[in-house]
Amino acid sequence: MPPIISVSNLSKTYDGGHEALKDVSLDIERGEILALLGPNGAGKTTLISIICGIVSASGGNVTVDGHDIVSDYRHTRSLIGLVPQEITLEPFETVSNTVNFSRGLFGKPRNPVIVEKVLRALTLWDKKDQKIMALSGGMKRRVLIAKALAHEPRILFLDEPTAGVDVELRKEMWQLVDTLRDDGVTIILTTHYIEEAEAIANRVGVINDGKLLLIEDKDAMMRRMGQKQMQIRLQTATDKIPPQLTPYDLERSEDGLTLTYTYDTMAERTGITKLLTDLNAAGLVLRDVQTSQSSLEQIFVDLVKATP
Amino acid sequence: MNLHAIKAIYKFEMARTRRTILQSVVSPVISTSLYFVVFGAAIGSRIESVEGVAYGAFIVPGLIMLSVLTQSITNASFGIYFPKFVGTVYELLSAPISFLEIVLGYVGAAATKALMIGLIILATAAVFVPLQILHPVWMLSFLVLTCITFSLLGFIIGIWADNFEKLQLVPLLVVTPLVFLGGSFYSISMLPPVWQTVTLFNPVLYLVSGFRWSFYGTADVSVGISLAMITLFLVLCLAVIWWIFKSGYRLKS
Repeated sequence: MPPIISVSNLSKTYDGGHEALKDVSLDIERGEILALLGPNGAGKTTLISIICGIVSASGGNVTVDGHDIVSDYRHTRSLIGLVPQEITLEPFETVSNTVNFSRGLFGKPRNPVIVEKVLRALTLWDKKDQKIMALSGGMKRRVLIAKALAHEPRILFLDEPTAGVDVELRKEMWQLVDTLRDDGVTIILTTHYIEEAEAIANRVGVINDGKLLLIEDKDAMMRRMGQKQMQIRLQTATDKIPPQLTPYDLERSEDGLTLTYTYDTMAERTGITKLLTDLNAAGLVLRDVQTSQSSLEQIFVDLVKATP
Repeated sequence: MNLHAIKAIYKFEMARTRRTILQSVVSPVISTSLYFVVFGAAIGSRIESVEGVAYGAFIVPGLIMLSVLTQSITNASFGIYFPKFVGTVYELLSAPISFLEIVLGYVGAAATKALMIGLIILATAAVFVPLQILHPVWMLSFLVLTCITFSLLGFIIGIWADNFEKLQLVPLLVVTPLVFLGGSFYSISMLPPVWQTVTLFNPVLYLVSGFRWSFYGTADVSVGISLAMITLFLVLCLAVIWWIFKSGYRLKS
């Protein structure tokens, strides 16, 4: 099946001369959950805004469902729902009016059944007649999502959906994303929260300084990029690392009871067997061994740091 | 054509009118009634009739125009400025709608509201002075055309404005003086010849003159010219709006 979104050589330079996107290309598959990670000002929101039609591209092109986003905008935009980063709502409107408005705007006839379903899914049903200004921050964010879902989009963009949201609501949103994925909706989310990407995404793209540094399957990325650490607990403390163990670049804990060995899981040899033999030869007796994998966060920090 | 979108915008804007009924409808009616009391009854009774029409009745078309122009501009400019101000304009830009549909929704609602106010003022005027409408169809046409044209102008102002002060600037500093100096309360034949020529450069003169003709059959300039001027202004506004959406001016970066 062809990708649902195809971005080719996309670039954007704002009027002030700021180059927000530099030759970005990527394909987004149907039904996947793609997390775009990147620091503030990396170009994530610009990328989303171009696909949705809010910002014009300076170069390159984008197709959604095989249609060009500029020449065939009616088709492409009707498939997309967007939840923006900022809470932007008409304060004096009621929840149900503003959700109905969104549905109409996207070319769908009124449908109380669908609007009710969306509002219930976001636990907004009993607030439907309340004015938006009377809602809490978390509730307002739910309204933004309800607006984006009101026209039953096939693609949902969530721009920093859980920024400033409490733990409970964040978990609820993750659940909602799961339900939408089960319905076949393609979801693209941008986030600072690595744990969010780690928890819900199938694929992860890392953007920094307007460039897509990499995009790949989340698990594969973690395997490929992930470094593992092995903590070696010793029976008795050692006051210095024996000279024959220097090549392993071990870290000694302050109490001298733990040595930490960092290795690459994808390397041809991890060096573990040899290290254990050498530890033995150096007269160090092991008490316990533990390994841990670096998080996506560490991978992300490493990647961003490596960008020239 | 995305009819659902036009309907959604129109209904959303009309709901705003209903919510702010006091400020939207009642206040222009009160201020116009005050004009009638002051200019029509108090001062008007000491002024001779103008071109055979009692002064109180003579100023009715001008007064309606004053309100309709101000209301059209204010409603339409606020309608599009507010989404920009609160940020909901993202939705408008990301929706599958053309510029024409956005304009139809916003300008349609603003023009409807201005037309309603115009008709309410007309009805109010009928209470104060004996009215005569020689060409009711033309009267309505002039009114509708003016509502649409100036709502378009308001829409342009709403897009151009990036703060509330600018939003008020044009109605206050441009439109009100033009209406007062455009023969709303007098016939330009009462002016010295030099000022008559100057007034011919005021576009509002053509609106008021044509509109007054539809009431009493007398006009400062010929009806054909009045109609041509409104149409020209309408086309101009449409061209500017077309350019705004084409270039993304103040909407899209």
